[in-house]
Amino acid sequence: MNDFQKELISNLRKFCQDNIEPHMEHDDAEGKFRMEIFNGLGEYGVTGVTAPEEFGGMGLSYEDYCLVLEEIAKVSVPYAVTVSVSSMVQTILSEYGNQKQKEKYLPALTSGEAIGAFALSESHAGSDAANLKTTAKKAEGGYILNGTKMWITSGGIAKTYIVMARTGGEGSKGVSAFIVEDGMKGFSFGKAEKKMGWKTSPTREIVFENCFVPEENRLLEEGQGFKVAMGGLDRGRVAIASIGVGCAERALSESIRYSLTRQQFKQAIFDFQGLQFMLSDMATETEASRLMVQKAARLLDTKNPDSKLCSMAKLKATDTAMKVTTDAVQILGGVGYTSEYPVERFMRDAKVLQIVEGTNQIQRVVIARHLRKENESHA
Amino acid sequence: MWFFTPEEKEIQKVCRDFAQNELAPLAEKHDNEESFNLKAFKHMGELGLLGITADPEYGGSGMGATAATIVMEEFGKACAGSTLSYLAHTILCVNNLSNNGSSAQKEKYLPKLITGEHVGCMGMSEPEFGSDAVGMQTKAVRNGDFYEITGNKMWITNAQYADVVYLYTRTGPGKKDLTTFIVDKGTPGFSVSKEIHKMGMRSSPTGELSFDKCKVPLANRVGEEGDSTIHMMKNLEIERITISGISLGIAQACLDQCIKYAGERKQFGKTLANFQLIQKMIAEMYSETEAMRRMLYTVCYEYDHGNKSNNLASAVKLQLPKMATKIALDAIQLHGGYGYSREFPLERMMRDNKLNEIGAGTNEVMIMIIAKNLLREALRS
Repeated sequence: MNDFQKELISNLRKFCQDNIEPHMEHDDAEGKFRMEIFNGLGEYGVTGVTAPEEFGGMGLSYEDYCLVLEEIAKVSVPYAVTVSVSSMVQTILSEYGNQKQKEKYLPALTSGEAIGAFALSESHAGSDAANLKTTAKKAEGGYILNGTKMWITSGGIAKTYIVMARTGGEGSKGVSAFIVEDGMKGFSFGKAEKKMGWKTSPTREIVFENCFVPEENRLLEEGQGFKVAMGGLDRGRVAIASIGVGCAERALSESIRYSLTRQQFKQAIFDFQGLQFMLSDMATETEASRLMVQKAARLLDTKNPDSKLCSMAKLKATDTAMKVTTDAVQILGGVGYTSEYPVERFMRDAKVLQIVEGTNQIQRVVIARHLRKENESHA
Repeated sequence: MWFFTPEEKEIQKVCRDFAQNELAPLAEKHDNEESFNLKAFKHMGELGLLGITADPEYGGSGMGATAATIVMEEFGKACAGSTLSYLAHTILCVNNLSNNGSSAQKEKYLPKLITGEHVGCMGMSEPEFGSDAVGMQTKAVRNGDFYEITGNKMWITNAQYADVVYLYTRTGPGKKDLTTFIVDKGTPGFSVSKEIHKMGMRSSPTGELSFDKCKVPLANRVGEEGDSTIHMMKNLEIERITISGISLGIAQACLDQCIKYAGERKQFGKTLANFQLIQKMIAEMYSETEAMRRMLYTVCYEYDHGNKSNNLASAVKLQLPKMATKIALDAIQLHGGYGYSREFPLERMMRDNKLNEIGAGTNEVMIMIIAKNLLREALRS
C-alpha cells in the first residue's frame, strides 16, 4: 500500500471499529440497518470512492476501492455490500448517464446521503437474467413499468434504483435500463426476505404497478439495458471478491488470536499441529485470494481489464471466505458457534458471497468460455 | 437398510410420520424464536421413544444403537434442534442412568424421564475444559451423608428445561478422581446461570449450570467415587453414533430437496436437472450420503451385536457431520438466492449441522482419538 492508501485505511479502520463493530452482534440478531452508519462512511468519503470528483466522489482507483471494501468487510460484510452496490450504481451513472442524470443523482449517492440499488433479478430470472419479465411500455413522455424484482439488496432503504425492464422482444436485446426513485407513484416494496446472513442489509422485492417513469430517466437508448447491466459485471465481481477477502481475514485473525490464548491439555491450542496446519492453510488461501483480487483490480484501472481473472478472483475469494469462516467456527469450537463471538456471523455472511454477482457455478462457466476462446485464437 | 429388524422398521415408520407431521411444520418457527418444542417432546414420551435404549423394567424399550440412530435420522430430517434435545435427554441422561444407576435410582428417576414428565440433561464440559473434559474442576466434597458441589458446567443442552442433571464432578486431584451424581432441579445452590445464543440448533435450549455449595445426598451418587471415567467410556460410542444419525438425516433431507428443486427450477429454458454441474453436485451428494449411511448403520449393527468399537464410532463421527455440512452448503448453492433465504429449510440445516462437528467431541478430538488408537504401538517405539 502507498502512503495515501495506508492513511485512508487506518482512518477507516478506526471509524469501523468505533462505530460499526459495537453494534454488529445486536443488529445482526435484530436485522437492523443504521442509516447513520452509512452517512458516517459517507463523511469519510468511502461511499463514493471511484466516482468523479466533480460529482462529489473521491476519483480514486479501483484498487483503492477494493482496499476500502476489504476493510469494511472485516467488521461488517453487510455494510461493505451496501457500499459496493451503491458504488456500482454510481459507476453505471458515471459511465452511461448523460450530464443531466449525473448532476441530478450522483452527488447524493457519492456523499452517502442516499443509497443506490440495482434491480435485475426476478423470481424466474436469476442466473438467466436475460429472461426477465418486467415490462416498460412506451407512453406519453415516458414509460409505464409493471412487474416484480427480487433479491434487491438495499431494497427499501435505497433512494435511487437502476431497473432493468423489457421494452422490446425476448432476450437481452429487448431490455432497457431506467433510473427509478423511491416515492414514484406505482413503485412500492414487497416482501422483505428472511435470510441466513447479511441480516443488517435488507433484501426486498420491489414492485411496479403502472409506475410512470419519465423518458429522461432512461439510460442510453432503448434495448441497451443489458449493456448497462453487463458493463458493471467485472467490477461487481471484483468488489464481491474484496469483501470475501475481508471476511476471510477477520475469521483468520479471530482464529489465531483465540488459539494463542485458549488452553486445553495444558497448552495453547495453537501448539497442536492439527491447528497449525488449519491456520496455515487459511492464511495461505486468504493471501492467494487477496493477490488475485489486487491484480484484477489493478487491471481494471488500466485499458486492458482481464475479465477471466475477475471471475477467477470472485470464485477463489468467495470459496475461500466460506472455507476459512467455516474452519474458524471449528477452531473456536463451542464459543465459535455462539453469537458472543463474531465468527458464526461471518460464516453466515460468507455463504451468499458464493451466490451473488453470478453464482460460483456461473463463474466456472464464464472461465471455461474464456479458456475455449483463448484456445481457439491460439489454434 | 436390509438388516433392520421388523421392530426397527416399525420405529422408522412411526418416527418418519411423527417427524414430518409434528416436527417439520414447526421447525422454522422454533428456529426463529429460539424456543423449545416441548409439546413434541411430551409426545415423544407418549410414543415410547424417550427411553428407547433404557431398561424395560423401568419403562424403557431396551433397544439398541440401530433403533436410536433411526430415530435421530428421521427426526434430523425434520428438525435437528428438537433431535439434539431428544439426544441429550435419551442418550446422555436416560441411557447413562439406565446403564449405571442403582435399582433405587432407576426406580426413582427413569419412569418420569421416559414418559416425558421430566426432562433430563448431562453436565460434563466446563468453560475452561471442553475437549480436555477430564481436566474438569467442578468439585464435590463429601460431608457426612451429603456432598457439596461447587463449579460451573457449560454448553448444557436442555439446561433451562431440565428436571434432572446427570453430573460429572471432581472428588480428588488425580486424573481419574471423577464422580457422578444425579442432581434434581430445585436443589438449593443449583441454578441455570446463563442462556447461550447459538448459530444453529436454536430450537434446542443450551445453558450454563452453576453449583454453589449445592448439597446432594449420598443416595444420588452414581456408583462409587472415581467411577465417572468408566461411565463416560461406556457411553462414548453410542453418543458419537447417534449424533452422526442427526447429520445423516440432514444430508438426506438436503439431497431430497435438491432433487425436487432440480426438476422444478428453470433457467436458460431448461430445468436445472439438465445442467451437468447440477448433475455432478447431486450425484456426489448421493454417493457420499449412501457411503456414510452404510458405514453408520453397519457400525450400529456391530455395536448391537457386541463389537463396540471406539475407533469406528469416532471415524463415523469425524466423517458424517463434516460431510453433511458440505452437502448442506452445496444444497444452498444449488438453490441460489432461495437456498440462502428462510423460505427453504436448507440454511437452517447447515447452521444446525455445524454443531455436530463440534458437539460430542470436535472433529479434532476424533482425529486425536483415532490416531492414538491406531498409533499406540508406533508411539511407543
